[in-house]
Amino acid sequence: MGQGILLSGGDNIDFMIHGVFSYNLFGQEVWITTSHICLLIVVLVLLLFFIIGGSVFRKGKTVPAGFQNFAELIVELLDGIVIGGMGEKGKGFRNYIGVLFIFILFCNISGLLGLRPPTADYGVTLPLGLLTFTLIHVNKFRFNSLWSIWKDTCSPLPPWLPIWAPINIIGDVAVPVSLSLRLFANVLSGTVMMALVYGLLQMFAMVWPAALHVYFDLFSGAIQTYVFCMLTMTYISNAMGGEE
Amino acid sequence: MGANETMELFNENFILGCSAIGAGLAVIAGIGPGVGQGIAAGYGASAVGRNPGARGAIMSTMLLGQAVAETTGLYGLLIAFLLLFVKPLLP
Repeated sequence: MGQGILLSGGDNIDFMIHGVFSYNLFGQEVWITTSHICLLIVVLVLLLFFIIGGSVFRKGKTVPAGFQNFAELIVELLDGIVIGGMGEKGKGFRNYIGVLFIFILFCNISGLLGLRPPTADYGVTLPLGLLTFTLIHVNKFRFNSLWSIWKDTCSPLPPWLPIWAPINIIGDVAVPVSLSLRLFANVLSGTVMMALVYGLLQMFAMVWPAALHVYFDLFSGAIQTYVFCMLTMTYISNAMGGEE
Repeated sequence: MGANETMELFNENFILGCSAIGAGLAVIAGIGPGVGQGIAAGYGASAVGRNPGARGAIMSTMLLGQAVAETTGLYGLLIAFLLLFVKPLLP
């Protein structure tokens, strides 16, 4: 930890990302860090879940039972969220939003299992934000004419006076940054808080940190997952235009 | 210990102390989201009181708005984390 303000407490306050091993890539030293490992674990668990789900549904029954029941429940829940957020035109996004939801949720609650949540690394949330950004603009150009996009860009002023356009463009660029920073800062604050509790209050951290885990990992993680998906859907359906 | 070394140590500790004060000032940003979320929760409660049937929709809208309002406070928190743990001001 080095010479820090927290030196007065314990030395084992640990919420940083650590390098595991490094290798050379085109003359650059690249590190494989703990967030890569945690991400790999999360992805493997999800992959296992999906493979089992696929093999169950290949010989699925009309009257579901057991695991099939559970999987159908989840899929219906996610479809309901997407249809509720985007309306009928959002049907094509059910796969993407569903995968996004499950992935972020598992990342957030992996703090419960002793992993460092991968979403507490800005290198994980920024790509998620950039994916949303790409989807927003691809759909904007797919469903709108160039003229209406230009009219939107200089929106409060008439289209022949584009002095408001730079501000709108900055607003567009700010979308992925604020989306990813929101998720990152929420999960990171939970991680730091838990590390402080376990590091500084070692003697007394017996059972009650479980309540903090419920708040920081489960509640906050689920809310932020919902917010990320909801905002992604709102932005995309705004970009697709108003026609139903 | 030479005078130069003492000066350097003093400088380092001075910067760390100022970083701590800056971090404390940065998390004052939490006041705004607190007030905003409280207002949102209050209006949510009054909306549920007027129309208890729409409880689910009101809850999800309220939580979404609160989470968006929280962002500014989280920016302040991020600045505080940067000042405390990354220490960008140290030479």
